[in-house]
Amino acid sequence: MANSTIAKAKPAAEPAATAGLMPVIAPAVGWLIPGAGHIIQKRWIRGALLLISIGTLFVLGLMMQGHIYKANGGDILDILGFIGDLGAGGMYIVTLAMNGGQGAIAFAIADYGTKFMIVAGLLNFIAVADAYHIAIGKKQ
Amino acid sequence: MTIQLTHFSAAFVFALFASIVFGITHRETTRDMVRYGLYCFAMFLGGVLAAGWAMWLVRR
Repeated sequence: MANSTIAKAKPAAEPAATAGLMPVIAPAVGWLIPGAGHIIQKRWIRGALLLISIGTLFVLGLMMQGHIYKANGGDILDILGFIGDLGAGGMYIVTLAMNGGQGAIAFAIADYGTKFMIVAGLLNFIAVADAYHIAIGKKQ
Repeated sequence: MTIQLTHFSAAFVFALFASIVFGITHRETTRDMVRYGLYCFAMFLGGVLAAGWAMWLVRR
């Protein structure tokens, strides 16, 4: 009798544990890889579209010879640029590791590229918040 | 590898991808997402064209 009660209780406990971790895991994974926070919650199309949109913006910014900001304590605009870039997560880390994004912003298109990468990071922050809202059940 | 976009094509690409993210993240249903994404795209490009013509008028 007691064994059957435990056996019935076990399957109910697993989804609760998964739901308990998802509000932490989904935003973290979503920050690292844009759209992955949606994909691990089975929002395949939304996740793929976010990955393509944010990824393409970031890569185009790099190809336009945009400048990527590193951690700094100097000019306020540089700090804000760093915060924006940081939102791109894994793409930002990989770019820094490969010593990319060292453009001097010598012409208008390179400046656009810099803004593309910052906006890609900021859009990823929004996507991370959305993944969190899905994880806590605030959004479908 | 580098790429050279014109000002308008850069604005177009920016508007397209930003609108997709806005649509997905700011609305609940698929239909509303598509509608809001299209609205944002139109506003982005409309703003670019309006600002362009405004600058042309100021220059005259």
